[in-house]
Amino acid sequence: MVIYMDTIINLLKQNARLSCKELAAMTGTSEAEVEKKIREYEQTGVIKGYSAILNDDLADKDRVTAFIEVKVTPKADCGFDDIAKTIMMYDEVESLTLMSGAFDLAVTISGTNYKEIALFVAQRLSTIDGVISTSTHFFLKRYKEKGIFIDDEETDERSFVSP
Amino acid sequence: MIDYEKILSDKCKEIKPSGIRKFFDIASTMDGVISLGVGEPDFPTPWAIRKAAITTLEKGKTIYTANSGLLQLRKSISKYLKSRINTEYCPENEIVVTVGGSEAIDLGIRALVNPGDEVLVVEPSFVCYKPIIELMHGIPVIIETKIEDQFRLTADALKSKITDKTKLLILPFPNNPTGAVMKKADLEAVAEVLRGTDIMVLSDEIYSELTYDGRHVSIAQIDGMKERTLLVNGFSKAYAMTGWRMGYIAGPAPVISQILKIHQFAIMCSPTISQYAAIEAIESCDGEIVKMTNEYNIRRRWIVNAFNELGLECFEPMGAFYVFPSIKSTGMTSKQFCEDLLYKHKVAVVPGDAFGECGEGHIRVSYAYSLKHLMDAVERIREYLEEIR
Repeated sequence: MVIYMDTIINLLKQNARLSCKELAAMTGTSEAEVEKKIREYEQTGVIKGYSAILNDDLADKDRVTAFIEVKVTPKADCGFDDIAKTIMMYDEVESLTLMSGAFDLAVTISGTNYKEIALFVAQRLSTIDGVISTSTHFFLKRYKEKGIFIDDEETDERSFVSP
Repeated sequence: MIDYEKILSDKCKEIKPSGIRKFFDIASTMDGVISLGVGEPDFPTPWAIRKAAITTLEKGKTIYTANSGLLQLRKSISKYLKSRINTEYCPENEIVVTVGGSEAIDLGIRALVNPGDEVLVVEPSFVCYKPIIELMHGIPVIIETKIEDQFRLTADALKSKITDKTKLLILPFPNNPTGAVMKKADLEAVAEVLRGTDIMVLSDEIYSELTYDGRHVSIAQIDGMKERTLLVNGFSKAYAMTGWRMGYIAGPAPVISQILKIHQFAIMCSPTISQYAAIEAIESCDGEIVKMTNEYNIRRRWIVNAFNELGLECFEPMGAFYVFPSIKSTGMTSKQFCEDLLYKHKVAVVPGDAFGECGEGHIRVSYAYSLKHLMDAVERIREYLEEIR
């Protein structure tokens, strides 16, 4: 796990449901201090939101997710931003990142079945002006997400009690 | 048929089995138990250390080492002690590498205690000191530490137990189970009592890297104390290496040479693979210690706060990875509380009296667990307390 400079951020990344009171105890500061800091992070956009990390197999077992490599022709005046902004407007798109390397944009999308994703790529994504090609990879099994084991619990092989 | 009762060693028969064992037996038959009972880190051994062991195996370095351990490792330990507690130990004749801190404790006691010698044992503390003293026909003399002294050993308590038969003081800080640490001033006061006597100190410093309020201070670095101190330490807690069984004892050459004889005849040498791994630990894993200690510290603060909120008064420990809350407000004994909690809400904690009679009224709770695990367990304890109040 990446360690950030600020302990509160590290702790929230592991568990965003920790109360300010708990965070205060854990970092050795006051509750008011923690609240102030979090508000500051939220206002300045350091913290963009809080979301649950799901095991999709249990939450919605039909859900499919795909990672799509997209090659585009950057535009003279605004580079990749214009195309990226078009792509990210779609609700289906969960994440969008500009990459270095063999392709330009990494898109993660999820839908209720394979067909939905196929149609999205064929009808929405490929047709965007400037998109040269796409390559779609489906997620088969998620092992770890945001530092948390998805498929199985960490097993503790230590004995129950030892001196 | 042999009547084994007749042939067994009387001394051995007298030794009581560890109070912890019984708990382990109960807990391990039950399903869905959450434990806060272990005395070992939850982190895996840092990868660099494991890799060093693998390389050792690949190279086929699987032969005996020198009895006192690889010279390279003893040099690393010497360097480590110099950097941490600013005390010089000669790798050639003042350090023996042992099979965990446990063997080091055994060796230290065995090299010094004659039948009838009194050995001062600070309690509550780790469970092995008394039985080993008794096996040597020594007499354990308990010095109880108190919550009002923050479970530290005071000069007065020490003085009151010293007789002309006193041979040795066992000084276990940072302490398991209380989490207490001895500050420099506390050690100065203890040293003041001991200087000028022939009383030796066996300082069990296995938790020395896990302190949360300034660096660990060893009694060996107090003026005039190195010559009367056997320092026990190891890799188990600092580097999350419990299963590697790597410890050491450092002290005055005349004692170490006796210790080496016992070690040589009983053990031969510590496991070679673990020794190479230990060199890697000292040479490259300071950063890992910092990471683990920071994580323990966060949990420590959380859990102290949580127990105080539960109404189980909790002394703020500054070392090791245990909290030692009082359960006196429930009106139960430690054993009753722990058994009841285990049966009704399936949380395993260790009764305080397993670490000496004066631990009665307390429970030992380990926070060598993930925060999520700690939170689940504390929630169960909360439910249990609501039920019995």
